[in-house]
Amino acid sequence: MRLQYPSNIKIVSIPCTGKVDLIHLLSSFEKGADGVYVLGCLERECRYEKGNLRARKRVEQAQKILESIGIGGERVQMYNLSSSEAPRFVRFANEMTEKIKEMGPNPIKIAMQKKAA
Amino acid sequence: MIVAKQKPIEEIIEETKGYKKILIAGCNECVTVCEAGGKREVAVLASALRMYFMNQGKDVKIDEVTLERQCDHEYLEEIRNTIDQYDAVISLACGVGVQFLAEKYMQMPILPGVDTCFMGVTEERGVWTERCQGCGQCILARTGGICPVSRCAKRLLNGPCGGSTKGNCEINKDLVCGWQLIIDRLKELDRLEDYEKLAPIKDWSTERAGGPRKVIREDVQL
Repeated sequence: MRLQYPSNIKIVSIPCTGKVDLIHLLSSFEKGADGVYVLGCLERECRYEKGNLRARKRVEQAQKILESIGIGGERVQMYNLSSSEAPRFVRFANEMTEKIKEMGPNPIKIAMQKKAA
Repeated sequence: MIVAKQKPIEEIIEETKGYKKILIAGCNECVTVCEAGGKREVAVLASALRMYFMNQGKDVKIDEVTLERQCDHEYLEEIRNTIDQYDAVISLACGVGVQFLAEKYMQMPILPGVDTCFMGVTEERGVWTERCQGCGQCILARTGGICPVSRCAKRLLNGPCGGSTKGNCEINKDLVCGWQLIIDRLKELDRLEDYEKLAPIKDWSTERAGGPRKVIREDVQL
């Protein structure tokens, strides 16, 4: 299909979204990521049964923490799709990019830049 | 195990305001199993606090350590040479660990990072329930292995109260009546006649009512 998606998105490949831990999500923001989204397989279609459900729970935990500390819970999201759904992959990439553009840069990144200056 | 739950991060932030160097100390035992204060929770809290203070423009150093236990001298000694680098320690151990840490390091503010709840079991992932209140005089042999002190809201020792309805407790319809559980279990054990035996008056002085308790084992003391 050769579909295009925003170049600002960096993909981190993992064997299953169940591997994503809460600390991985938080560390991304601590290092300055503006937004993070986890793309898992469709619910009830996990090869390991509950990997994508575990990931969703962890994303929800991260949202709660980020909201509590003033970074913005909406910066982290969970989406589900099957591996053959390229148009949907692009839709999620665009959706997330738009959402983060609306929210602006990660305040941690700005604070780090201020500190370094 | 001792079951604890994480304190809201807002509460921890409030307690730590004003400190510049903070050590977060986890515990590898009970609070690790109930996912409240183990190595993972230490890392998450440390990351969240670092981001919070950074966002506030405050330069606060947050370090992490997870001890094997916080209720034994030898493990608390592991931080003796490093603890002076900090202004405060947030302990993610149960209340026992927090207090023992505070007793050992008298000059250091020790802040609790969890709320300690009870002695209980993991019924399923994310669900913990109470089983023991440490009354100091175990009667489980007479009650089919189910404790009326911890499972009955009124701690009755000779059968259910009038509020037991369809096997549930009157204080909460989702709470199973402890005595219903005992009777069911005695039936399973074919020992229902035990239910008819009157329990003697319990000596509650071995429970918390007798003040802070102590166990001394001279046979193992050195």
